[in-house]
Amino acid sequence: MQKTMKNKISTMNKNTRKNLITYAIVIAAFAVMQTLISTGSVSSLLEGLMVPICIYVILAVSLNLVVGILGELSLGHAGFMCVGAFASAFFSKCMRDVITVDIVRFLLALLIGIAAAAVFGILIGIPVLRLKGDYLAIVTLAFGEIIKNLVNVLYIGKDANGFHFSTKDVMALDMEPDGTVIVNGPQGITGTPKDATFLIGFILILITLFIVLNLINSRDGRAIMSIRDNRIAAESIGINVTKYKLMAFTVSAALAGAAGVLYAHNLSTLTANTNNFGYNQSIMILVFVVLGGIGNIRGSIIAAVILTLLPELLRGLSDYRMLIYAIVLIVMMLFNWAPRAIEWREKYLRFGRKKKEAVQ
Amino acid sequence: MSFISYLINGLSLGSVYAIIALGYTMVYGIAKMLNFAHGDVIMIGAYMALISMTQAGMPPIIAILIAVGVCTLLGVVIERIAYKPLRNASSSLAVLITAIGVSYLLQNVALLVFGANAQTFPSVIKWKGLSLAGGKLNISGETIVTIVVCLIIMAALITFVQKSKPGQAMRAVSEDKGAAQLMGINVNGTIALTFAIGSALAAVAGVLLCSAYPSLTPYTGALPGIKAFVAAVFGGIGSIPGAFIGGLLLGVIEIFGRAYISSQMADAIVFAVLIIVLLVKPAGLLGKKIQEKV
Amino acid sequence: MALLDVKNLGISFGGLRAVNAFDISIEKEELYGLIGPNGAGKTTVFNLLTGVYKPDSGKVLLDGQDITGKKTIDISKAGIARTFQNIRLFKKLSVLDNVKAGLHNRHPYSTLEGILRLPGYRRAEREMDEKAMDLLKVFDLENYAHVDAANLPYGQQRRLEIARALATEPKLLLLDEPAAGMNPNETGELMDMIRFVREEFHMTILLIEHDMKLVSGICERLTVLNFGETLSQGRTPDVLNDPQVITAYLGE
Repeated sequence: MQKTMKNKISTMNKNTRKNLITYAIVIAAFAVMQTLISTGSVSSLLEGLMVPICIYVILAVSLNLVVGILGELSLGHAGFMCVGAFASAFFSKCMRDVITVDIVRFLLALLIGIAAAAVFGILIGIPVLRLKGDYLAIVTLAFGEIIKNLVNVLYIGKDANGFHFSTKDVMALDMEPDGTVIVNGPQGITGTPKDATFLIGFILILITLFIVLNLINSRDGRAIMSIRDNRIAAESIGINVTKYKLMAFTVSAALAGAAGVLYAHNLSTLTANTNNFGYNQSIMILVFVVLGGIGNIRGSIIAAVILTLLPELLRGLSDYRMLIYAIVLIVMMLFNWAPRAIEWREKYLRFGRKKKEAVQ
Repeated sequence: MSFISYLINGLSLGSVYAIIALGYTMVYGIAKMLNFAHGDVIMIGAYMALISMTQAGMPPIIAILIAVGVCTLLGVVIERIAYKPLRNASSSLAVLITAIGVSYLLQNVALLVFGANAQTFPSVIKWKGLSLAGGKLNISGETIVTIVVCLIIMAALITFVQKSKPGQAMRAVSEDKGAAQLMGINVNGTIALTFAIGSALAAVAGVLLCSAYPSLTPYTGALPGIKAFVAAVFGGIGSIPGAFIGGLLLGVIEIFGRAYISSQMADAIVFAVLIIVLLVKPAGLLGKKIQEKV
Repeated sequence: MALLDVKNLGISFGGLRAVNAFDISIEKEELYGLIGPNGAGKTTVFNLLTGVYKPDSGKVLLDGQDITGKKTIDISKAGIARTFQNIRLFKKLSVLDNVKAGLHNRHPYSTLEGILRLPGYRRAEREMDEKAMDLLKVFDLENYAHVDAANLPYGQQRRLEIARALATEPKLLLLDEPAAGMNPNETGELMDMIRFVREEFHMTILLIEHDMKLVSGICERLTVLNFGETLSQGRTPDVLNDPQVITAYLGE
């Protein structure tokens, strides 16, 4: 009796300890980089990478919630990022002269970006989550592409009479001469205030981690993982499958929206193209998740950081960047999931053996 | 007149989708996997034909045969190295993610070898086509040949699957892998054969696609590949006539959408079709519904 | 009044009448057996009772409440829990978490309480931990609490599935071939355990089984299904001596 209680407490601590280590790694990495930057010992190239790294970490962690914890493959993650980016950039550009305190304006923009992405998450999630596996993957991809497509035909202008919308061109906005174009179709939004900083990115990572890790280690997280492991059994014990799938999907979309807000406020011009909001981007985020280990949150962070830094730092490598990603994907999947590879690992390598010993 | 010409263009594009969709649908039916890299095999096929014609100066027919040969081999090699080890993996996501990796690999190898610049693809069809209604309706040779080739392939494939020994083995494997094995069918060989046929068709599709739209880049195959998958789902995945009908319908929808709604939204319209089909009739037009056993 | 009262339950799959005119009435704390040859429709009955399939005729009353055609979740909340013929555990969750998942609807707290770690979260989790450990002890699984369910030996997996079902605090427990794949020794232990569960939790149990020793050893009453039809019904010794049943099992 006492032994099991002790056993229980020690493993509960183990989970918390694991999460604390993850927080510690993130905080330490931030402290080191911030010190290096403030002492001027970091190249401007590397310094410029700090916000993008934060963006990718948030994207990878949030996608892992769907791929690793819910167990469904979403290939539309960049679409939610796109929604967050455009909604918040639109707000910031409109409010640039109204709200002059940068941080207040950015926080409001952040909330708007997150809310917009969450709404899209719910709207897309309700139909999509009725599907599963390959179909779910391809439909999320389709939705992501549709979002990117829609943004590219969106024109919004503002003049004394208010807002004008069109899906054709600037002329069709039919504005007074004093009007300004805010969203200009394929040219996107220009003149977004550059409010995103490394510190803000770092804080957003911590918030993302807090939400995701605490969600996983709660009743809701257990419900989500039980659906992943066996949907029919989960239903049989009274777990509302639709509700929890939608919850995981929406939280993930909202966090991707936050990453989009950071992205939009790190550039002066925001456009939607294949490389930033297309499925190429979604797949790149997936590479981070796979390399870090599906379902492993800390792994996602580390993979996102390394895979963003490496090609930029080793310039010679940048031509081969995507090629390396491709090979990483294939090799990781074969190594981690092929039955024969698993057998081989259990035979020759230490890890994977531990659990079995615990049983005997 | 423009309506008819759009319709014919739609059928031509749809024929290419149908040929690509066949590869998806056969592989899906038998290996129960979405071969994400299928679209990129098309691109490799087109490059092979291009090099054979422009660099080696071969006649188009030889160039096509070379493209078909290379793609067939490529399809079998991909299956053997990347997919077969994962056939009994505990997660079905594993093989899908691997397929995405293979797709990226093919694109980026092509990028390194052939460069990012678009190359002009010389049409393999020398025939000028038909001019009807006193010159008001012009149908290019590529358009007609594409539709005819698609019809021939479809007829040949249906005959093959229904009548030949290997075709029957394919149907058996797609019904029940375990039972097929017990009946003495070479399951691995049958799956490899399916990939070989699908990839050979992809090469043909690549040449036809680039003859009609003569700009070739390493990304040429990706979007048509995904759209062809949409076509396969539309028609009912696993069904050969379904791939044909789905492909034609999708081609027509795309061309009409481009012409009458918005050229920028054409892709979005195609994807919207996919979403609607999957939500309203998940098994597609001609597919079978499968229920999970409890 | 009977705890479970089923009248005229039936379902067809594309022309095939899988279950027809199925009646059953189970009293509180009864141990009831559902037997029959392969393909007789036993698991289909379970799927009808738990809302996996919707019946096209008949009525199901649980403790007086009409649950006919309701969704699986609602039936679970109404008080039916089950195990599966081919074990369905949450393989990548720990043994403890499998049981805690079963407690899902018994100790609710909001998502916000969970994420912000408010007192409601701590209280509910502590209660769940205690209850789950108690259940694991009943099934001799407490030492495996933190092992992944997938790594449990087969027999323990079967027991964990029963523990998880009991965690939902059901009125009626459905066991689908609990002894499948067990050796006579293990089956013996299982029989003791099922009896114990009935006593300890005052549980009503309906079980599907092929093992005649188990069935005749613990079931008070039996229903025999054959080709979707009820062949015989009544007290165990009477049913097992029914010539019709003997014919169905041994062939003519």
